[in-house]
Amino acid sequence: MGQLTGPTDPTADAHWEHNHPRKGFFTDTSICIGCKACEVACKEWNHNPQDGNLELLGSSYDNTGSLGASTWRHVAFIEQGQERIAEARESGRALVSLGMPRIGPPAPPSVADLADADTTPPDTADFRWLMSSDVCKHCTHAGCLDVCPTGALFRTEFGTVVVQDDVCNGCGTCVAGCPFGVIERRSNGTVKVAASREEQHAKHADVPNAGVAQKCTLCYDRLVADETPACAKACPTTSIKFGDHDDMVETAKERVATLHGQGMTEARLYGANENDGVGGTGSVFLLLDEPEVYGLPPDPRVPTADLPKMYRRAGMAVAGMAVAAAVAFLGGRE
Amino acid sequence: MTLSEFDSFRPAEPARRRRGGKRGPGRRRDNGDGSREMPMVPEPEFTSYYGRPVVKPAPWGDDVAAYLFLGGVAAGSALLGAGGQLTGRPTLRRNARLSALGAVGLGAAALVKDLGRPERFLNMLRTFKVTSPMSVGSWILSAFSAGAGVAAVAEIDRMSGERLPLGPLRGVLRAVEGPAGLEAAVFAGPLAAYTAVLLGDTATPTWNEMHGELPFVFVSSASLASAGLAMVTTPVREAGPARSLALLGVVGDVVAMKIMERGMDPVAAEPLHQGKAGTMLKWSERLVLAGGLGTLLGGRNRAVAAASGLALLAGSALTRFGVFEAGLASAKDPRYTIEPQKRRLAARRAAGVTGDAITTGS
Repeated sequence: MGQLTGPTDPTADAHWEHNHPRKGFFTDTSICIGCKACEVACKEWNHNPQDGNLELLGSSYDNTGSLGASTWRHVAFIEQGQERIAEARESGRALVSLGMPRIGPPAPPSVADLADADTTPPDTADFRWLMSSDVCKHCTHAGCLDVCPTGALFRTEFGTVVVQDDVCNGCGTCVAGCPFGVIERRSNGTVKVAASREEQHAKHADVPNAGVAQKCTLCYDRLVADETPACAKACPTTSIKFGDHDDMVETAKERVATLHGQGMTEARLYGANENDGVGGTGSVFLLLDEPEVYGLPPDPRVPTADLPKMYRRAGMAVAGMAVAAAVAFLGGRE
Repeated sequence: MTLSEFDSFRPAEPARRRRGGKRGPGRRRDNGDGSREMPMVPEPEFTSYYGRPVVKPAPWGDDVAAYLFLGGVAAGSALLGAGGQLTGRPTLRRNARLSALGAVGLGAAALVKDLGRPERFLNMLRTFKVTSPMSVGSWILSAFSAGAGVAAVAEIDRMSGERLPLGPLRGVLRAVEGPAGLEAAVFAGPLAAYTAVLLGDTATPTWNEMHGELPFVFVSSASLASAGLAMVTTPVREAGPARSLALLGVVGDVVAMKIMERGMDPVAAEPLHQGKAGTMLKWSERLVLAGGLGTLLGGRNRAVAAASGLALLAGSALTRFGVFEAGLASAKDPRYTIEPQKRRLAARRAAGVTGDAITTGS
């Protein structure tokens, strides 16, 4: 058992002897154009079946819905007016003035004093369209991995979290264990892409790995061959960057500083802090509004962090039950 | 706001409820059928992605809730069986041992049925992971079942007039049934409590908020349910300890539940009072109190004891189903994930802790 909370190297924590550098994504949503190439590339490479029936969800251009067993990349679309933009700019500015601990090289002076920064929006002042490609966070302390009873979920040599689908028995504990709502048990009610309307209503083809928990593997099969994950490879704007986790965090910090320098105080990082509730995420994001706007939890905490306390409390409860039984038999009136 | 001349014919809109006021089941009444105009932003400070959930609910059906109840009944019964064994109460011992095996057998079957791949249920014992309450629980369940099984088979053999085809193993069975009964009793407490850790160790908001006190609720509920079952099955002459255990369980259950709710984030505790879960938990408290009162006042009357026992069993089952449903409901509404998290983040920031947020400005 490794560390349950706090900053750590997950690969070393999982007792990998030869240390590959930890791999991760940096998803820069400020340059995402919402093309969904990542979603398509992911589906194709990983042979993921269609998620439910084709339908329009009425949420801007997002008809995928959310991450799930068969959707490992999900592009969120949020339409915002002037008021929300101003709010986002304000909440972002507040984050900077909180004085977060800085790691790495000192930030350029333009970041330090944002009060004088030119807050004129670079373009579209009265309307903006946020697009963000969400993915498994590959947490330093992964809730799903911690609670998996079979050992089907494991930490790879790249520091990522992967399900072995021939071991998983579909107990579903990981689904509840993930603070980001990423991993899901694949039901066999999904359908395959149909070529014609008739086929769409025909009997559904077999779904691979039904009944088993599924999520992004950070293309483990590609990583072992020294290849870039399918989504990052397909991204036309380099919004999805892939590389060594440390480099990704550094790139993210540089990028957010640049944006702040341009007056975009709404830019902020998500998952780049190794002191957060999950020990930092392997997939780092640059967001342009509060995380919950994108469907991300504002303060996730890996549930296992409290496990020692829970076991202590359970131990007390067990002792209490034993005492109650003893009292019932020994202190009885008959 | 008037948009058209026909607006004046609309029925008057109810007054907007203010936040921070009394929270009741009617708070989120929007039926979403368009019959009345709904505010586009119901909670000013609450934003989510198109109202979609942030965390996913565990893909568990009622089988798992049933197991929470049955596991508790089995655990308490094993304790009563061991007590009966040690204090010379043969009828209580026999009935409790049979109850323990019956309940744990049904419960285990329910668990296996709920797996996505039931044929791989043995993978639960593929490894031992202390960070996984489900893994720890599988081992507890296995160890418990072994003892409870041997003890119950010995009883069945005796009841059937030694007709089980055991041959020379009968002597072995007689020799190990006592230790087996005690072994099951050792694992009884952990069996009753681990399910609380299992629910607490999730990102499901309401369950996670309960993690400190839920073990106490669950062992109390297990005690009163198994004692209730013993009061149903066993004559009052031998059921004295069951009555005492039932009363202790009732007190523990009611007190632990109250303390737990008080310690929870008010928003995360809401699902405990709303909808199906709210109804079940309300009735569970009533039934548990009624059963406790019946046990206290008329526990020496066979009929009253049996009725009280049934009330306790039903109350315990409703507690488990209520807690289970409340958790699933909390995972399906993003509000229960986002609001408590935002609040605790703001509280930490107000206290000067700024280094542990997942969102950073640089």
